Amino acid sequence: MKKVLFLAVFLLAAAVTYAGGYRVALQGQKSLAMGHTGVAVVNSSELVFFNPAGLVYLENKLNISAGVSGVFANVAYQNESTGASATTDSPTGTPLYFYASYKATDWLALGVGVYTPYGSTVSYEDDWAGSHLVNNIDLKAIYIQPTLSVKLNDVISFGGGPIFVTGSVNFNRNLNRTLSTLDGERSEVTLDAKGINATGWVASTMFNPTENLRIGASYRSKIIMKAEGGTATFENLPNSESDLLNFPEGGTTEFDAELPLPAELTVGLSYEFCDKWLFAFDFNRTFWNVYESLDIDFAYTIEEEGDPVDSVNRRDYKNSSIYRFGLQYEATDMFTLRAGYYFDESPVQPGRFAPETPRNDSNGYTAGLTFNVGKRFQVDASFLYLHFKEVDASYDAYIENGQEVPFSGKYKSNAFVPGLGVTYRM
Amino acid sequence: MKNTIKLMIGLATVGLVSCDAEFETPVTDEGFYSNGTADFTKYVAVGNSLTAGYADGALYITGQENSYPNIMAQQFMFVGGGEFTQPLMDDNVGGLLLGGTQVFENRFVLDSDPDGSLGPERLVATPTTDVTTSIAGPYNNMGVPGAKSFHLSADGYGAANPWFARFQTSAGASVLGDAVSMSPTFFSLWIGNNDILSYATSGGVGVDQQGNFDPSTYGPNDITDPNVFAAAYSAQVDALTAGGAKGVLVNLADVTSIPYFTTVPFAPLSPLDPNFGPQIPTLNATYAQLNGAFAFLGVPERSIVFSQSAASAVVVNDESLVNIGDQLTQVLIGGGLDPLTAALFGQQYGQARQANSGDLLVLTSSSEIGQINERRFGELVGLGLPPEQAGQLSVNGVTFPMEDQYVLIPTERASIAAAAAAFNNTIDAIARAKELGFVDARRALAEVAATGVPYDGGVLTSTFVTGGAFSLDGVHPSPRGYAYTANKIIDVINREYGATVPKVDIGNYPTISLYDND
Repeated sequence: MKKVLFLAVFLLAAAVTYAGGYRVALQGQKSLAMGHTGVAVVNSSELVFFNPAGLVYLENKLNISAGVSGVFANVAYQNESTGASATTDSPTGTPLYFYASYKATDWLALGVGVYTPYGSTVSYEDDWAGSHLVNNIDLKAIYIQPTLSVKLNDVISFGGGPIFVTGSVNFNRNLNRTLSTLDGERSEVTLDAKGINATGWVASTMFNPTENLRIGASYRSKIIMKAEGGTATFENLPNSESDLLNFPEGGTTEFDAELPLPAELTVGLSYEFCDKWLFAFDFNRTFWNVYESLDIDFAYTIEEEGDPVDSVNRRDYKNSSIYRFGLQYEATDMFTLRAGYYFDESPVQPGRFAPETPRNDSNGYTAGLTFNVGKRFQVDASFLYLHFKEVDASYDAYIENGQEVPFSGKYKSNAFVPGLGVTYRM
Repeated sequence: MKNTIKLMIGLATVGLVSCDAEFETPVTDEGFYSNGTADFTKYVAVGNSLTAGYADGALYITGQENSYPNIMAQQFMFVGGGEFTQPLMDDNVGGLLLGGTQVFENRFVLDSDPDGSLGPERLVATPTTDVTTSIAGPYNNMGVPGAKSFHLSADGYGAANPWFARFQTSAGASVLGDAVSMSPTFFSLWIGNNDILSYATSGGVGVDQQGNFDPSTYGPNDITDPNVFAAAYSAQVDALTAGGAKGVLVNLADVTSIPYFTTVPFAPLSPLDPNFGPQIPTLNATYAQLNGAFAFLGVPERSIVFSQSAASAVVVNDESLVNIGDQLTQVLIGGGLDPLTAALFGQQYGQARQANSGDLLVLTSSSEIGQINERRFGELVGLGLPPEQAGQLSVNGVTFPMEDQYVLIPTERASIAAAAAAFNNTIDAIARAKELGFVDARRALAEVAATGVPYDGGVLTSTFVTGGAFSLDGVHPSPRGYAYTANKIIDVINREYGATVPKVDIGNYPTISLYDND
């Protein structure tokens, strides 16, 4: 046991990043075990996230769920024409969630949720082949959502609430492919912004046409994270006052930037059959087209010209869909078993595959179980294996001397996400 | 419950171990790329400054890391290549000390002035690399700055060249002996450039030694006799291949297409220059007397006239012309000029003419043109001329013909071209005879110089400072230029030996370094 633990801890320390974009779909162990379905599943306060309208149908008066996942993700890159290769070595992501709901009356439930649906931690080796695009990025966004759930009757209910987001970003890349000090230290910039606040909302409905069938729909609004007055730190700049190099004096300046957290629409159903079985299907549509460009507006100006120096990084994401399937089986009084699968379409278009979000289409395989410890307490475990195919991809919108310099190669990613949670009800 | 956790952790551990993102065929796998019929286990590069990674007028660490042999060796790692060692300098300053005394200068950097102007300047810093405290070789990179073809085989060469003294294995060692002692399985040989280049960069002040078979009698700026070159080269290839090594031979680029010779135009004197333009009428009036004498002596082509509307050619001293100084003096006296001035004119313009498109002005002439030539000024004052008049007659390229070391005249260029052609024929013939790879560096540079070579971030050209191919000394490539060279050599290796060594992306290699001394 000790040995295994040691190994696990060691691997935690050495393990790698979360793969794929900055949508992190790990908002509940029960749901995740079923392919992250849940818009039409009523079994815990995970509904605060998946479908607030369903909270009012929970049997218990008080429902609390909390959990954490360990995200071990890997990205490998190689360019076969040059032999350049890289693998990420990112810290482990640990997205958390906490949900609570309270049924105030037969027709009204109140709830609150804290969760982290967006985030990204990717670290490449410094000065790797794509270091002019990214060395490392750490993006965090915590959603806090007070929730109301109102039942019109046993067939239909509505729910929703405001969302308060607080986030931070830290991003480092080299300034270009070659600039360095006389000693060869590559010039780089670090962007850091903390305490970025924004608001949004969620609205949803649940429809129960028969005793065994539920249908749900949920919409979460887009939220634009505006970093204002972030700190940009330039390092390893050549010791030169030449106009060819336009960098802020002292190497530090403020910047403004915007990062959208896109809106997401989910529709789905669940169907109970043979007493102990439940099938669920969710369809997600994520409105990624809001992410056109990552524009960084530096506060300093170029002498004489006076124009702000901007860094424009085209993204041109497209809207994308996810198809989720889940199955639940109440095996015994003690155990409920779950399994699922989802297909996650990439929002990245050809020529816009940036290594900071190396996301192509992926297949997610999930499994998990709930262990009942007495009547009120449950332990929920889940496991996700996210599989990406090898992909030949390039990012073409990097500009050097006024012309596009594509960064291309093969990418291979995967992610392994064990998760543990608890549920309490009374 | 405990068992469940154990199970989960166990599963997690298994999952993690097998969870690395791995390509079906990783580039790092043995066999992804092929070494063909070559064996890259022990690669040894033999040559001069180009092989050493010399750039910006100096040798320094980052330059050495971007030497073409080192770039190639990193790529050879994909096909079984072993460790590649280099006699790294101690810093990125570049100067070389011999027992504490600086014997070679620091590197150039592109320095900006407060007014925004940029120019190459020697880096102001304290060099730390000392010949006497350097670590003996041999190293895989046996590039020795300054070495000529016949130097490589010379025992005890370190006594004459501190760059080799730095890492020679013993006081009596030769560059070639040290290289062969490593038993290379693969080698590159790029030598002979300095057999021509030092003549060229010195403006042809040396002697074309064609016909002189004794290199011990050569001066540093002479052109090596083609037979001496062939004998040395052939022996070196024999020695390097004696152990069965395969390799590549690199021929010699046209030295006159490098920025050192193509940056300063032959007609740089602008009438818009406030220091020159207003003087044109006076200068032309003075030269009119001389031109009359030239016409009288039957050499009207030597006439000197400055244009009021276009840039004019500098006045140069062409030592290939018949010296008509004495006749000139006589004719000028006959025309009424005082004897002292006539004598001075005869002395100064006996082999003078205006430059034309057949002449190449060297890079270092740019800081001399239009400046007072202090040596001539001193001479004239010594002859009794008042300083003002002495100054008027000492302006480089305007009144005082540019001296030999600043100009490559057509006869000198012909010597260079003839020697280069002979050397290259030898290299080509030996490559064929020995079935070695033959790298046409001459053609590779010609492409850069003529049209430029497109790459993913622009076009690589030989334009000084901005072209990307050359470092700030105007002679040696930049890291990007060396990367281009490495790719050209890898092309030949892949073709000759059926290998698939991957090439590098030259856009990832830097060009020149900006740095303010102030």
